[in-house]
Formats: sequence, structure tokens, C-alpha cells
Amino acid sequence: MMGGTDLIRLSASAIAGAVSRGELKAEAVAQAHLDRIAAVDGKVNAFLKVLSGPALEAARAVDLKRSAGKPLGALAGVPVALKDNICAAGAQVSCASRILDGYIAPYDATVVERLKGADAVVLGKTNLDEFAMGSSTENSAFFPTKNPWDLGRVPGGSSGGSAAAVAARMAPLALGSDTGGSIRQPAALCGIVGLKPTYGAVSRYGLVAFASSLDQIGPFTRTAEDAALAMSVIGGHDPRDSTSLPAPAAAFAAPTGDLKGLRLGLPKEYLEGGLEPSMRAAFDAALSALKARGAITREVAMPHTKYALSVYYLIAPSEASSNLARFDGVRYGPRKGGASGNLLELYEESRGAGFGPEVKRRIMLGTYALSSGYYDAYYLKAQKARTLIKGDFDAAFEDVDVLVTPTTPAPAFRFGEKTGDPLSMYLSDVFTLPCNLAGVGGVSVPAGVSPEGLPLGVQFMGRAGEDAGLLRLARALEDAKLFSGEPAL
Amino acid sequence: MSLSSADVKKVARLARLKVSDEEVERFKGQLGNILGHMSDLAALDTAKVEPTAHALGLVNVMRADVAQVLSPEARAAIFKNAPEREGPYVKVPKVIE
Repeated sequence: MMGGTDLIRLSASAIAGAVSRGELKAEAVAQAHLDRIAAVDGKVNAFLKVLSGPALEAARAVDLKRSAGKPLGALAGVPVALKDNICAAGAQVSCASRILDGYIAPYDATVVERLKGADAVVLGKTNLDEFAMGSSTENSAFFPTKNPWDLGRVPGGSSGGSAAAVAARMAPLALGSDTGGSIRQPAALCGIVGLKPTYGAVSRYGLVAFASSLDQIGPFTRTAEDAALAMSVIGGHDPRDSTSLPAPAAAFAAPTGDLKGLRLGLPKEYLEGGLEPSMRAAFDAALSALKARGAITREVAMPHTKYALSVYYLIAPSEASSNLARFDGVRYGPRKGGASGNLLELYEESRGAGFGPEVKRRIMLGTYALSSGYYDAYYLKAQKARTLIKGDFDAAFEDVDVLVTPTTPAPAFRFGEKTGDPLSMYLSDVFTLPCNLAGVGGVSVPAGVSPEGLPLGVQFMGRAGEDAGLLRLARALEDAKLFSGEPAL
Repeated sequence: MSLSSADVKKVARLARLKVSDEEVERFKGQLGNILGHMSDLAALDTAKVEPTAHALGLVNVMRADVAQVLSPEARAAIFKNAPEREGPYVKVPKVIE
């Protein structure tokens, strides 16, 4: 029988296999992870809410199902952490915002329904930048999450809690959402795999909307195989999400690392400057390893890359200003003002008190970009420039199969380093934003460690619908063993 | 790009956000700085470019316009989140005089 310290180091695939074969009890697995959370989350602060009771109850139900002779699902007994902008019925969904204080989700998101249907066990809800707006979790209304590799540094964001939970062995699998890098950037900074699937590949029903033309749910795992397993469960068409791709779920077999003949594109605009030397070295080592496994590399031009930051920070806040209009103190959340019978005052005071500074900034930016007299110069211009950025991807994918870039310009930064200047924080996502604008899939894979002991990630981006191929590259990098170890906590 | 305090207050009003004078001053500088960065788009020739409507070209998705009937439990779970309610209604200040 394995002890708790061994159980928390198992992959999701290993847990599901062992629980299905009856070699391991789902309850023991859940308990081991809850014990781990109790032991280390006081330092890391990955979770906003740990659902100990419901998790143990769900795990016991899985064990009962097996002893009754019923077949178990693909994620049998696998503990899963959910970013706290994804609805799980009966649990809070706060978006790390005061404006949702006390809100309890009345229903399961489609991804949660599918996880539960596959016999996974929901462990709890993880921290994020308020409404997923940020790159460090420093915009959480409650507290920042710490990077498990260095508690003085950020875990990245906005899905920093989910990334830190998986890196710190508090869960083998977590879900996050990625609007401009919010899965890939924290995955890179925490030394794990983070996949942003093709736009529409995973249902967003039950995900609190930030920027609907960009948002996508995806998994955090410690192995490429686990990411494929998670995708095989959460992916596929959902009639409840009007942006869900009509195609059936792509096949996600356990990826092999054979890359014979695969053409990798190196967009020169990503590599022209601003890369920290340790990131450059890890990137070069990753390329050598991929070439050794049969891949061919060539440079590609993506000339509109430099506009991605401006385009993103016009489109995402514009959509957010519209999506977040629903938080007005009327149907949910704390209500402020309106005592004098004035509805406008109720809206303004509830929203003024409920939203934090970054959310207010983005709502105002978006409102400005959409307002009369500025719409053409800002919002419409950005949507046209988006077409050009997408065109760069289409042209590149004529010549190559996958694009390879660093996930971030540098490893994890320190708390407070970028909070004074919103623009410098935005620049930390410069390599991950274009992927969302083009709607294609992207994955960050650990590729090395900086001299200070911080993880570094490499990003692969593929054609729409070819997310499974990205995991093949992730698997090849794993096989090259450029990254190993776990944070000392 | 520079914004005036009046610009910021106008946008805050449009966005239904109450902001303090101190926030107006802070947002004025920060938003001006961010919009200044975005002026790089002006140099881009987009005269013959169509705006992106959907990244992957998906067109309108329709469903039958049929009301979904919720269970009493599901209705109760929704009403429980309302800050003020009366019977099966969410209560708000008077909208029409």
C-alpha cells in the first residue's frame, strides 16, 4: 500500500488506472491530497476554498461504484482543482472578486459535469487575478498565491492558483481559463504543462465570461499524457455554448514523442530582443532536443506580432466592459446604495465597491474604446488588426506544422515588481496573446531551470483543431529531460 | 495620449462605476499611458482589411426558442443568491415613476 507522500506524486493517468483496477482507493487518494493541502497551502495560498467534505464523499462514491462492479470513468478517483471562475454546483464561484461575495453556483459548468461523469473528484476552488485579469494573482481581492519554487515570487496568472496547486503536488490536475495566456504563462512560471485548446474545443458553459472571443478553458498537469487524458474528458461539442465547435471531440491518445519530419516554425519577431539569457538558453536547448527527435526547424515571419499587445488590450477590455455589466448588485452579490430609491446609484455604488482597481481600469478602457467617437479608431481598428495577426498565423501554417516560442520573456518575477505600472504587467504576456487572437491552440511545457532555480517554459502553437499534436511535442520535450525535480516546500 | 479628469469621470459614468477623486487622478495617468501605447495601431494600414467577427469563422448558431423549465430546487438556488427578494421576485428600487 502506498503512503500519502507517494500518492501525491502520482500522475492523473496512474491514479485513474490504479483506482479502476482496484489497486488504490479513491478515498485514500483524495485524503492524501487534502493532507498535502493542509500541510503546504498555508505557504502557497493556491486555494480560495477547499471542499474537503464533498471531495471525500465523491471519492467514497467512486469506491462504492467499483465495489458494486460498475465500470469506472477515465478519471476515476483523480483529484481536480478548479479555477474559481468555473461553476461547480453548491460551491462558491468568486472570481476572486468582492462583487461575488456569498455567491453559490446553482449549476455545474459543462467541464465540471464531464469531470464528475468521468469519476474525478473536485478538491476545491483556486485563486486567480480578479475576473482573470492579470498575470500574477496579485489582483485577487483576497490574497496573492505564491510560486511554490520561490515563495517570494509570483506563480503567474491569472490561473496562478491552479498552476501552483499542481506544481506543489496538491492536485495532479487543475482547470484554468486562458484569455491571453492565463493558462500557459503560470504553467511556465510553475514548471508544469498548461494547454490552451483551440477556441471552441472545450465548452465554456459555466465559465464566468471575461472576453468571450478569446476565453478558453484548459488543463494544468505535470505530464503531457495527463493533459491528453483531461482533454479526452472535457473536450467536445456542447450545445449549451454557442461558440463550441460543431466537430466531435478530437482524439487524444496518449502522445508519443516521435517527431520525424515535423516542421517547426520559429517566428523571428518573438526572438528579436527582450529575452532573458536563461530563457534564451532553455529555448535553444529545447530546439536541439526536438531536432534530435526528428523535427525540422525553419524561421518564419509574423510581421504583425508587434501589434498584438495593443489589439488584445483593446478587444479584451471592450468585451469585458460588456460582459461585466451583469454585476450590478441586482440579482447577486452585495448591494450598495439605492436606499434613496435611485437605481443608477445602486449600480454605481455596488460596482464601485465590488470591483478592484484592475477590473475598473479594464472596464473603463473598454467603455472608452467602444464609446461614440472612439469606436472606429480603437475597437474597429483593433478588430481589423486582429485579422492581420490571424493572417500571419494562416501564412505561417502553410509552411510549418507548429510554431515554437518561449512562453515568457523571463522566469517568475517578484511580488510588487510590476504592480505599479499596469503596462509593464501587460508586457509579460507578449508571447501568449497572439495565440488567443488567432483562435489556435497553444501549450506551455517545462524546458529548463534558470540559475536561480526557477522553471522556464517553451510554447508550442498549432493549427486550429490540432491540439493533440501539440501534446506530442510536449511529450518529446519531457522525454529529453531538460526539466526535473519538484519545489521544496 | 492624455485624458482629462472630465474624460475619466464621463467614462466612469458610462460604465456605471463610482470612482473617488483619487481614483480619477490615478486612472487618468494610467489609462492615458495605455492608450498612448495603442496609438501604434494608427500606423497600420487596414483600409482593405475586414474586421474579425469570429477567429475561426463560425457563423450564427441557433437553437429553438423554447423556455427551459427549472426544478423548484434550481429556482431556489438562483433566488438564494439575490441580495433582496420578495416571493418569487428579485426586489429592486422603483425604476419607473
